[in-house]
Amino acid sequence: MGLSGLDIYKLLPKTNCKECGQPTCLAFAMKLAQKQAELSACPYVSEQSKAALAAASAPPIRLVTVGTGESKVEVGNETVLFRHEKTFFHPPGLFVRIKDTLPQAEADALLNQITSFGVERVGIKLRVHGLAIENASGDAAAFAARVAAVKAKTDLPLMLIAATPQAMEAGLEQAAGVSPLIYAATAENWKEMAALAAKHKAPLAVRGQRSDPSGQGDLGALAGLTEQIKAAGVEDMVLDPGVRTSHGTLIALTQLRRLALKSGMRSLGYPIVTFPGENASSVDEEVTRAAEHIAKYAGIIVLDHFEPANVYPLLTLSQNIYTDPQKPIQVSPGLYEISGPKPESPLLVTTNFSLTYFSVAGEVEGSGKPTWLLIVDSEGMSVLTGWAAGKFDAAKIAKSVNQFGVPGKVSHKKLVLPGLVAGLSGELEEELPGWEIRVGPREAIDIPAYLKTWS
Amino acid sequence: MTPAVQVPIEKWTGKIREITLGATAAEGGTRTRTVTVGGENTLPFLSFEGTMPHAPVVALEVQDHYPNEWSPLLKESWGDVLHDPAAWAKKAEAVGADLIVFKLISAHPEGDNTDAAHAAATVKAVLAATGLPLVVLGPGQADKDNEVLVAVAEAAKGERLVLGNCEDKNYRTVVAAALAHGHLVVAKTPIDVNLAKQLNILITDMRLDLDRVLMDPTTGALGYGLEYSYSVMERLRLAALTGDGMVQQPMICTVGEETWRAKESKVNQGVPAAWGDWIKRAIHWEVLTASSLLLAGANIVVLRHPDSVARIKQTIAGLMAD
Repeated sequence: MGLSGLDIYKLLPKTNCKECGQPTCLAFAMKLAQKQAELSACPYVSEQSKAALAAASAPPIRLVTVGTGESKVEVGNETVLFRHEKTFFHPPGLFVRIKDTLPQAEADALLNQITSFGVERVGIKLRVHGLAIENASGDAAAFAARVAAVKAKTDLPLMLIAATPQAMEAGLEQAAGVSPLIYAATAENWKEMAALAAKHKAPLAVRGQRSDPSGQGDLGALAGLTEQIKAAGVEDMVLDPGVRTSHGTLIALTQLRRLALKSGMRSLGYPIVTFPGENASSVDEEVTRAAEHIAKYAGIIVLDHFEPANVYPLLTLSQNIYTDPQKPIQVSPGLYEISGPKPESPLLVTTNFSLTYFSVAGEVEGSGKPTWLLIVDSEGMSVLTGWAAGKFDAAKIAKSVNQFGVPGKVSHKKLVLPGLVAGLSGELEEELPGWEIRVGPREAIDIPAYLKTWS
Repeated sequence: MTPAVQVPIEKWTGKIREITLGATAAEGGTRTRTVTVGGENTLPFLSFEGTMPHAPVVALEVQDHYPNEWSPLLKESWGDVLHDPAAWAKKAEAVGADLIVFKLISAHPEGDNTDAAHAAATVKAVLAATGLPLVVLGPGQADKDNEVLVAVAEAAKGERLVLGNCEDKNYRTVVAAALAHGHLVVAKTPIDVNLAKQLNILITDMRLDLDRVLMDPTTGALGYGLEYSYSVMERLRLAALTGDGMVQQPMICTVGEETWRAKESKVNQGVPAAWGDWIKRAIHWEVLTASSLLLAGANIVVLRHPDSVARIKQTIAGLMAD
């Protein structure tokens, strides 16, 4: 939430000395508000004003990093309530909980499953983002041992869950240098937990208590807690409003997002961690709740169960919700060769919306039939959307045929259109004299059967 | 030290139209119960800000012809009833559907090309087999849609059916049939706020009250355009709440039809092991698409798998109250 030029002006010396290069302090303030000038250009601004301006330009929801290196997870820094207003930036980190009461062999097996899980979707690798190790035993030594064992096997970001500062410290000592998320500071233990977070340079989750469904007072208490922790020197925090029901979570997370963005409440401007499995009656319900938290508005989601059939749909949902609405994922237009086509191989055409491309290319590859795939620049729109918007029409397809040198590579003049735009074939025959325009299947899944009959 | 927290509350000026589907004997129909949707004056489930008098409801899809192209998972789950629309509808009611979406696919000219009399007769048979309200959809080909829906509207006079789909190029005949026989309509548009609004205006111009119109803003399945539907629905709902009277319609989403076409649901051959167990994955695909759209403002989700019904009912109950 940026300050207006007038707000900034109030913090400047108001001497109109011109040393910043602007004619007046007000003009300089306006440039600052538009981010066309740097505050450092003013030699006389007070330290107090500098601090106030820095605080005001900080993002309304703090960006928090868990873990280190390539696999670190960054969450927060969101700026809107609805993805169509701009976009959602940092998809929630999906963590899986491993308790220190789980026998070592089972923990190892679970860890193996999680770390070896990975699946590509529209060109992007989907995976589990982190591990939440819980001190369920109450025994600090058992906790430390489990943390050490997990850390030895993976560089995935860690979250350490322990009720007592003693156990947490034992765990943290085994996780030196990997910046794990500490869960959690509460009204009772925040001093000790904050000290541990400061000492280990680790982000700290702060848990509130939700006693009534409207809960405004409870959020006030949570804000009070984060203010105290911040005063104790810990900046990177993650919030747990302490509610576990489906309805209550939606309300609390919506209220937190509104307070951070619309009220500019810094003390609640942190990403949120949720535990969809706690208080769920089944694994299925855990999955549905996790999906609710992906849409509205979790930063880190801790699952109690890992299973590919659950995680793959959740990660796909996260990918959907966090796709930039202004910039659909696209591939470059061009003539793609699949399975080494020869001049006489079939020629299919479709759009450069990446989901379209990967669905079609995947099916063509799966069919085993060498094929030319002409990808038209539809500005990242799917076949039907592109057609409706005039971005995937006969003229554009004809232009691509020539632009990408199809006649030089393909010996026949047979072009297969997606079934959804069968209506384009007449126009396209006019645009491409001498070509035979064929209508292919409406769905990518039916392409292998179609290619079998192609001649 | 507890800072004062004043949660921002939006002062919405609009509310969603309350629409009742189906009519009981007392109301001139034969339904054993009716279903009312809409009436909310805030975003979905935000009870701290407004009220949502009617929880969203779950419909199951029934077809008048054996669904050859359906996933084997659906065929196994439903079994023999797929050959008999009346038995299918009865079973749908038994597994917990709030209403039935009945599709007259056999009327399609490229399919069996069955006629208006056949459509009227099968709708009568389904009405006799279930007491739930009915949405009746044509085969999706304009001329045949008009032909069969007119006959159905007449045969089921007084039942407060929902007839569909009205689309921008073909809505007049269906709207006229609904007007003449006391039914409602579905207005379907392709994932676009302005097109949705425009079709509602065209329908109003024919003097059908908007409290007899449901909007279908078109569903994209999880992984296949869900985000487009999600955002268009959020935008429609925000426009409705800020007072645009032409989009204050309850929304219906054809979740089952879209998700069961997705490769993840339809097949299990040659797919990555990381996709996981087929049936679990397929049900999640349907349930997660539905639950996400409920958060975006869906009032009716139309499903295909019986096991998804209980999952979504649990989700709705959980979101409605603690």
